Amino acid sequence: MSMIFQLQGATLVPDLSGALLWDDARTLIVADLHFEKSSSFAAKGQLLPPYDTATTLQRLLAVIDRVRPARVICLGDSFHDTHAADRLHPDDMAVLRSLTARVDWLWVVGNHDPAPPDTFGGAVVHDFCLGPLTFRHIAAPGDVIGEISGHFHPKAAVATRGKPITRACFVGDGRRLILPAFGAFTGGLNVRDPAILALLAPRFEVVMLGQTKLHRFGSHQLKSQAVLTSDFYGAGKRRG
Amino acid sequence: MMTRKAPIRARRKLVGLPEPFAGWFSARGWRPHGHQLDLLAAARENAPVLLIAPTGGGKTLSGFLPSLVELAAAPAAGLHTLYISPLKALAVDVHRNVERPISEMGLGITTESRTGDTPVGKKQRQRRRPPNILMTTPESLALLLAHKDAGEIFKGLRRVVVDEVHALAGTKRGDLLALGLARLRRLAPLSHCVGLSATVAFPEELAAYIHPDARIIAVPGGPKPEISVVSAHGRMPWSGHMGLYAIPDIYRAIAAHNSTLIFVNTRATAELVFQALWKANYHNLAIALHHGSLDREQRRKVEAAMAAGTLRAVVATSSLDLGVDWGAVDLVVQMGAPKGSARLVQRIGRSNHRFDAPSQALLVPGNRFEALECAVARTAVLAGALDGEAPRPGALDVLCQHIMGMACAGPFHPDALYAEIISAAPYAGLARTDFDAALRFVENGGYSLRAYERYARLFCDSSGFYHIRNQQFVRQYRMNVGVIVEAETILVRMGRRKLGRVEEQFIASLSPGDTFIFGGRMLKYDGIQEGVAVTSRGAGKEPKVPAYMGGRLPLSAGLGEAVQRFFHQPKLWPALAPEVREWLNVQKSRSGLPAPGRVMVETFPRGGRYFTVVYGFAGRNAHQSLGLLLTRRMLRMNTKPAGFVAGEYAVAVWSLKKPENIPALLDPDILGYELEEWINDSNMLRRTFRTVAVIAGLIERKHPGHQKSGRQVNFNSDVIYDVLRRYEPDHILLRATRADASRGLIDLDRLTSMLVTARGHIDHYDLDRISPLAVPVILTIGKESIGKAMIDDLLDDAGEGLIAEAMR
Repeated sequence: MSMIFQLQGATLVPDLSGALLWDDARTLIVADLHFEKSSSFAAKGQLLPPYDTATTLQRLLAVIDRVRPARVICLGDSFHDTHAADRLHPDDMAVLRSLTARVDWLWVVGNHDPAPPDTFGGAVVHDFCLGPLTFRHIAAPGDVIGEISGHFHPKAAVATRGKPITRACFVGDGRRLILPAFGAFTGGLNVRDPAILALLAPRFEVVMLGQTKLHRFGSHQLKSQAVLTSDFYGAGKRRG
Repeated sequence: MMTRKAPIRARRKLVGLPEPFAGWFSARGWRPHGHQLDLLAAARENAPVLLIAPTGGGKTLSGFLPSLVELAAAPAAGLHTLYISPLKALAVDVHRNVERPISEMGLGITTESRTGDTPVGKKQRQRRRPPNILMTTPESLALLLAHKDAGEIFKGLRRVVVDEVHALAGTKRGDLLALGLARLRRLAPLSHCVGLSATVAFPEELAAYIHPDARIIAVPGGPKPEISVVSAHGRMPWSGHMGLYAIPDIYRAIAAHNSTLIFVNTRATAELVFQALWKANYHNLAIALHHGSLDREQRRKVEAAMAAGTLRAVVATSSLDLGVDWGAVDLVVQMGAPKGSARLVQRIGRSNHRFDAPSQALLVPGNRFEALECAVARTAVLAGALDGEAPRPGALDVLCQHIMGMACAGPFHPDALYAEIISAAPYAGLARTDFDAALRFVENGGYSLRAYERYARLFCDSSGFYHIRNQQFVRQYRMNVGVIVEAETILVRMGRRKLGRVEEQFIASLSPGDTFIFGGRMLKYDGIQEGVAVTSRGAGKEPKVPAYMGGRLPLSAGLGEAVQRFFHQPKLWPALAPEVREWLNVQKSRSGLPAPGRVMVETFPRGGRYFTVVYGFAGRNAHQSLGLLLTRRMLRMNTKPAGFVAGEYAVAVWSLKKPENIPALLDPDILGYELEEWINDSNMLRRTFRTVAVIAGLIERKHPGHQKSGRQVNFNSDVIYDVLRRYEPDHILLRATRADASRGLIDLDRLTSMLVTARGHIDHYDLDRISPLAVPVILTIGKESIGKAMIDDLLDDAGEGLIAEAMR
């Protein structure tokens, strides 16, 4: 089964890593890296292992080495908070600088990082258009065509023998496409949550990130897990 | 291990009861029991004691008697006695029961209970002006000890009474309590501890849990129970665990007794047995249901009705293993495997709480293997042979939580805290390096990349004392205290009525309109509203039954060995149903019988596949692990394994090619390479890690009711586990995870001892077709989960199911 999404004539290929590849434009798109999420939690007393940035960067480096894009677009919330850049480990800073030096790098602003740092290279942009597509952090309500966004960390649940399986996913309805979070410690929100459903046409499709391959499902095959958060723990703030 | 313990009797001092107690006893026509006088004597010497008495021996009042006597003789303000129970409800009930003698004798002793349900205002008042006797739970004690004023509250404490010690020692709650007791010994050096326990296989270890010098007072049991095994009338099932075939027999037994307690092994079975009994309930007998997922109010009502004697029967899970004594119960039914003889003794002891009359019990095996298990469990109980494991060393995640609690109480010096902690029996063997690692974890996460110095939760002053850095961490500790981490559950409501909670995973498997059985009702699932599963009364053809993670105890090692011995004691076989005897006889002539000290393996072809059945008698968890490891080894040996199924008695693996070298397959070196490989991608360890991370305070608990719709969930504990394994393979929480798993879900300890037994002691029968003994094992294929749920296979299946639907 094809995993490809078509949007305004653009052919978009989901990658098992959670990144999206727009081959014709040699562009790789990732959403919600949330660098330094662990140290942000540590400051509040939850001492998560301080390796999330390194893990996320390694995964990003691996996919860039594999697909060799000319351009990388980070769809916002790349840094978990406004001081995240100051907390980056020097090794991680070096990796990030080497990446932004290799390819054309765009930081789209997000609600967690309204002003991404310019110290690591790359250009900061707000919503912007490239060819037939629009890139922004949070999907705009109402009628849009050809929009690619992040923010919601979508995941989907499918009934299998035994029990439902919940995995991060891409979700698209032919008009817009929402990417899964790429960051290491990020949780997710079920695509059947009203916050996501409100943005989508009644029929939509998801591509779930399996263990070794992708899996495509139609919206009617998905389990409503509106408030279910089985795989995840944490007492966080409300989404903002 | 099966051991027989002669009762240990303490020297009896011939000192009677003082007034007004003597008068109060005789006004009721009572005489003090010998052990009550023994306890009084021990209290006068300030000696720690473990009282071992069969269920219903009036243990609890005995535990309080010395305190009441002392307080009556010398009334004083302040906390004198702390009573700790594993059950909140028990703490409250005991409070009520102790109030009675106090008010009847006009003693003027103040008693109060303190649990998670106690209002905040009352809790604050209790800290300022504590009652003479306070009834509480291990968690509430931990919270009290973490207060700055703990020293003030407990300085006058004279006695600590720990009820149901056998249910606490060896568990994480027991570890938490042991650490609390160690702190109490330091805050109140003049206090002593009294433990109350049911009869157990390891009295000395249990006494050591109470205090290194605790003496044992053992109360001999009453007459031997009368235990019968239900007759299946030739219909003993080949597989299954429920025993539903025996519903007519059970119903007749209920009708013939005043009050019957029916124990089952899982909540799902409880629901189904309850339904079946009501279908057979021609006389409309009052039969109720009780299990841990039902709403607390509903459970209270059932317990109250049982106490009042208005119920003829209650179908219950381990939710009623402990609790207040119900005098009226005159029959206990055990449905399905008893799993262990000590557990069976405790359950049977729930009937007939008078010392003089024998308890009545009826065992209902679910299948032919369980018929053997019932027969040997009956013999073991009558012989007084108890099984059970000696308490294991204390858990490191609980240690982390305790250190944080002690930091909340006030500055501490690590040397002093370490000395205090190793005075608790479960931590007596704790290495200083492990303590230091736990302290580092509490302080700054304990990562070798020292990234969190500035976020440290503790700081060390110039004289080496550790202080908590911020009051926010105290609040965090208080919100997360405790060691019970349950699967995520969701409230089930019908109209305005709260029915109880089921696991989220189950609700997620339902679509609106589906029916399921819960709380004895047939419900139609309408959907989720604001985090609550909304249901209405409904009927459907195939209602589902919620299943719950965990809660399934494996077969005890003692009973497993006893079953293996039973195969070679044909003189005991007449106790079995004729169809079960025939099953064994045919097995003996067609193949062989498992023997103690050996491991029997059968191989046979079936349906184009080769089956290898290993009769390990090591319990479900160990067999599950063995199945996973055998599959990996067969892959390496190129036998092309296709799946496996694990049960309590055996594990069956099937493969496309015939395994040739059975000894090599079962060599203990499977615990090296294959185990390591498996641990690398084991979901079980991830699940275990989540619990450990919550207890240790790495991940905060979710608080039911505090969740709002649409809230961003924060992180995935599986990823944290993977990251930690990659960057910090020796992190204390990973060590805690492995220790837990090797005893619990993976049960490495039992698997190891089974494989070591197997080396050079394998009885291999190469058969041309399936053997009678293998039938129950093979029949569970498809009913039990088949090995590790491979995410991609399952997702592929779900996709193809859809294609089939579309092409129809």
